[in-house]
Amino acid sequence: MLLTFDTASPTVSVALHDGEDVVVELVSGLAMKHGEQLAPLIEQAMVQAGIVRQDLTAIGVGVGPGPFTGLRVGLVTARTLGFVLEIPVYGVCSLDVLAAEAAVRLEGRDFVVATDARRKEVYLASYDAEGARLAGPVVDKPATLATDLPVIGEGGTLYPSDFPGHTGATRPSAGWLARVVTDELAELCDPEPMYLRRPDAEPPRAPKKVS
Amino acid sequence: MKHEPLVLGIETSCDETGVGIVRGHTLLADAVASSVEEHARFGGVVPEVASRAHLEAMVPTIERACDTAGIALRDVDAIAVTSGPGLAGALLVGVAAAKALALGLGKPIYGVNHLAAHVAVDQLEHGPLPEPCLALLVSGGHSSLLRITDVTVGVDPMGATIDDAAGEAFDKVARLLGLPFPGGPHIDRAARDGDSVAIDFPRGLSSRRDLERHRFDFSFSGLKTAVARWVEARERSGEPVPVNDVAASFQEAVCDVLVRKALDAASSEGIEDLLIGGGVAANSRLRAMAEERASRLGIRVRVPRPGLCTDNGAMVAALGAEMVARGRTPSALDLPADSSLPVTTVLV
Ligand SMILES: [Zn+2]
Repeated sequence: MLLTFDTASPTVSVALHDGEDVVVELVSGLAMKHGEQLAPLIEQAMVQAGIVRQDLTAIGVGVGPGPFTGLRVGLVTARTLGFVLEIPVYGVCSLDVLAAEAAVRLEGRDFVVATDARRKEVYLASYDAEGARLAGPVVDKPATLATDLPVIGEGGTLYPSDFPGHTGATRPSAGWLARVVTDELAELCDPEPMYLRRPDAEPPRAPKKVS
Repeated sequence: MKHEPLVLGIETSCDETGVGIVRGHTLLADAVASSVEEHARFGGVVPEVASRAHLEAMVPTIERACDTAGIALRDVDAIAVTSGPGLAGALLVGVAAAKALALGLGKPIYGVNHLAAHVAVDQLEHGPLPEPCLALLVSGGHSSLLRITDVTVGVDPMGATIDDAAGEAFDKVARLLGLPFPGGPHIDRAARDGDSVAIDFPRGLSSRRDLERHRFDFSFSGLKTAVARWVEARERSGEPVPVNDVAASFQEAVCDVLVRKALDAASSEGIEDLLIGGGVAANSRLRAMAEERASRLGIRVRVPRPGLCTDNGAMVAALGAEMVARGRTPSALDLPADSSLPVTTVLV
């Protein structure tokens, strides 16, 4: 049984896939609070599927890009669970998850995935009609990345003038993440976070004068 | 003999990724990965840098602790983790990892208070805590006086800093003197070759008026400013700054206030045991001064060895083991990380 989750958006999404199809998919009730919601959702998913932890054979996790705090909750959970249960952990770019779902729907057109990177920027990657990633992900101002192509994800709805082809605010789904892993719909990677930004930190200036 | 609980504790409230394993009061492993060098060039801990480092260090540190303890993870009876206070993003990595361990092992989880853990760690070295006891916790993040009646439920704050933490003052004064971060050990070393009465630096919240309202509280911001003024005046006059004397006199002022207020608090409560914890407890002058003055009052002083005073996973495991031993109810899986967890909330 494959356990998957994504925490690279304001939502926590958890799913179980039995090799044939997704058997349970749960989405958090509250926005954010990934640290509080992820573990109980995993437990709930296992209860609903009627499985115990020893039934898990692999883990798939969204590696972002996305807000760092939530992203790390997903990654440290995946790595630690994988370590304890001695099962492999696969990373998937969270934009690829949105792309895999969208490719089925859009049929035959290139498109981009854009999500909210805060600070008036978006995370963006571009895809061909089959949902294979062509470029990205990058983080930048919407105006710099503006396009007329169909745009999947919240980045489009947040900045409609830069992304007139926006198609609705979807967030990465763990069910589709599971399909990406089982059907190899995108390249799998190590469970390393895609931060795309350096930490905000500057070496200190000389101490302020006090007299 | 009754079964002593085997507990794994995780601590990520600041820049140390700590994983400790204890059996009852026995320390089996204390693995720590520090990101302090990544912060040194910034002159202080950068939260995002710390959080990133925790994620990378977590599994390797758990693995190292298990290897050192010579145990298999499945043998652990419970997981304990620092729920707060501390840096929000940093705490969250530890709490999420602890939940994953609890889920993956099918074992209970205890989200505990970092400050109480600083107290409980002493049991690993000196055996059961005398109750009640008075705890002086001093580090870069906290300066508190706590009355401990039961380390798992009864922690009452008597006093705390109203501005900078003691360790912060050490860091800032070290920077003024051109000493590296973290400042504590460097000031301690410089002070050994200095004259502690060379400069009469102010003792914060020690005037009669201040004592009425802030008898057991601390303030180090005025002291820090006084040191800065003194150093600047020297520089302006073109004279060299006597780094060792400044360090020694500053350190004396900090320790004097900490020890005086701690002993006053203990005496006022009729408490005969003083425990000192936190990174600043590693300061050699603080330990010596506390022991000397306490013995005159018939008060016993307990200070864990320096490695257990700084933030580590063993202290969290020690408190977790106490929770299990005293039959406390474990935390729920939706346990939050709380950056401003009140000191009175020992178990979340
Ligand atoms: Zn501490």
